Amino acid sequence: MNRRVLIGVFDTEDAILAVTDAARRRGLKIVDVFAPYAVHGLDKAMGLQRSKLPWVCFLLGLTGAAAKVWFEYWTTASDWPINVGGKPWNSLPAFVPITFEVMVLFAGISTVLAFFGMSRLWPGRKTVVLDARVTNDRFALVLEEDSAAFDVGKVEQFLRDHQALRVEEREQEVVR
Amino acid sequence: MADVYSPLRMPLIAGHKKLATVTEDVCRPMLRPPSGLWWAGFTFAFSLMLLGVAAVSYQIATGVGTWGLNSTVGWAFDITNFVFWVGIGHAGTLISAILFLFRQKWRTSVNRSAEAMTLFAVMCAGIFPVIHTGRPWLAYWLFPYPNTRGPLWINFRSPLAWDCFAISTYFLISATFWYVGLIPDLATVRDRIAPGPRQRLFAIFSLGWNGSYRVWHHYEVLYLLLAGLATPLVVSVHTIVSWDFATAVIPGWHATIFPPYFVAGAIFSGIGMVLTLMIVARKVMNLEDYITLRHVDVMCKLLLLTSSIVALAYGTEFFTAFYSGNPYEQFVFRNRALGPFAWAYWTMVGCNVLVPQLLWFRGVRRRIGIVFVLSLLVNVGMWFERFVIIVTSLHRDFLPSSWASYRPTIVEVSTLAGSFGLFFTCFLIFCRILPVIAMGEVKAVLHHGNGKGGHS
Repeated sequence: MNRRVLIGVFDTEDAILAVTDAARRRGLKIVDVFAPYAVHGLDKAMGLQRSKLPWVCFLLGLTGAAAKVWFEYWTTASDWPINVGGKPWNSLPAFVPITFEVMVLFAGISTVLAFFGMSRLWPGRKTVVLDARVTNDRFALVLEEDSAAFDVGKVEQFLRDHQALRVEEREQEVVR
Repeated sequence: MADVYSPLRMPLIAGHKKLATVTEDVCRPMLRPPSGLWWAGFTFAFSLMLLGVAAVSYQIATGVGTWGLNSTVGWAFDITNFVFWVGIGHAGTLISAILFLFRQKWRTSVNRSAEAMTLFAVMCAGIFPVIHTGRPWLAYWLFPYPNTRGPLWINFRSPLAWDCFAISTYFLISATFWYVGLIPDLATVRDRIAPGPRQRLFAIFSLGWNGSYRVWHHYEVLYLLLAGLATPLVVSVHTIVSWDFATAVIPGWHATIFPPYFVAGAIFSGIGMVLTLMIVARKVMNLEDYITLRHVDVMCKLLLLTSSIVALAYGTEFFTAFYSGNPYEQFVFRNRALGPFAWAYWTMVGCNVLVPQLLWFRGVRRRIGIVFVLSLLVNVGMWFERFVIIVTSLHRDFLPSSWASYRPTIVEVSTLAGSFGLFFTCFLIFCRILPVIAMGEVKAVLHHGNGKGGHS
């Protein structure tokens, strides 16, 4: 499926913040914003929801820690108990350091993998770069021409009023 | 845009850079052929590494009898080097994670290379315990896996097992954190260089990053989470390293002060190494506008702070020995300061406590030459700290008839030299093939301190 989009290219952080906020207020459908760095406040301007990554991190960290405590208990107290210096079979306090390390390992690696999945990033993925300069020094706002009521001329003027360097109309394949 | 400076917030990056200038400045050293100076450094580091490879091969083939150990001093050079290198790594995580949580924006200029330093230092550190096992080809026995010996599981109550997990987790999380930070910059380089095999490599490793804010949005959260995980992790790693000693009943090791003492010492030595590397890198790669005198100044203050904590720990150890009334404890500390290894002890005190006092003076902190020498001395001092803790606590034990001395053999010294070779070889290659400054992060703080734009 293809869609028609209108792209405005900007060269400052202030301009992209202002135009994104204004576009959302006007009820225009924002496909995405492209930026060379994480511009603070852009998530609010785009009206994005909070990321769910902290939940992944918390739950998998907890899973890792619980699994490790069980494994340490099972190996030292159940599967093959060995008397080490007369310490109790179940030496819970001594299991804390490794449990902590495994929790961090699980939480960290799984959050990164979840991020790759959610953001559809993987090696060899076909890169669709809007403009080679959005990874360097340009910001771009992509608006979808979502209905017949979308007046290209008016929106183009709106983008130019917000200091767009360039406005471009494109046919784009819908990826997700 | 008018450049209005606030008197309260000085710009972090000098020279009124534009966004594109940052990309250009950081990519330039990567894209031009290596200089003669780089080749000279690389040849030297690589030769040292080969010396290390020869030494390690020899000692593996012959056995740890090639070391200067004896039945009294059973841990010496090897473990000193291990603790030294792990400690070096800690400053990278301090800069990348802890300072991130504290919103210290100056970190953006140095975090990439400091994290790289962490990885290479942990690689160097990992070699030593593995060769110390004596049979490094069985090093995988350190991990619990279903085996044909029972299965016989590892002893989870042992600090050495904890250490094994701590160091491997630390390496994996640091590498992940570093790579995640690199992705946007790899994409920047991908979109900048000419098509070819090199560009294809950047394309593969940048995972199709295109600057979409929907991705940046999650990325910011991911970065915060990783920083939040790495912060307690780095504290835990050197805490566990200190437990290798503190859980033993040897006077001089058996002390509750060890975890904070070791963590502070680790960060102290790491900041010393960051300064050494950064002072050279900013000069050689023309990055003076990014790593400014202000960055050097701030890191000097961190050095001074951690030096003070270490000094306090040295004092506390002596006080505890005196106050405990325990003759063995008192003997160990008297022997440390006045015994046959007094020269090592006073080298340590001189380099770690006395010399850093110069950093109270702003004039010293801003003089690059002096700071460079100081940072080298800190590294010498911190190496001796570990040597002093390990060897002086062991060489005169409870039974005077078993007292002995220790002297490293040429094999051990070559192994240490080889680890420096490995470290610098890796670092020099890193400087050539990857952006040494986190462009995506520097761009976000570019206008910091200017009147308009940017978040401050």
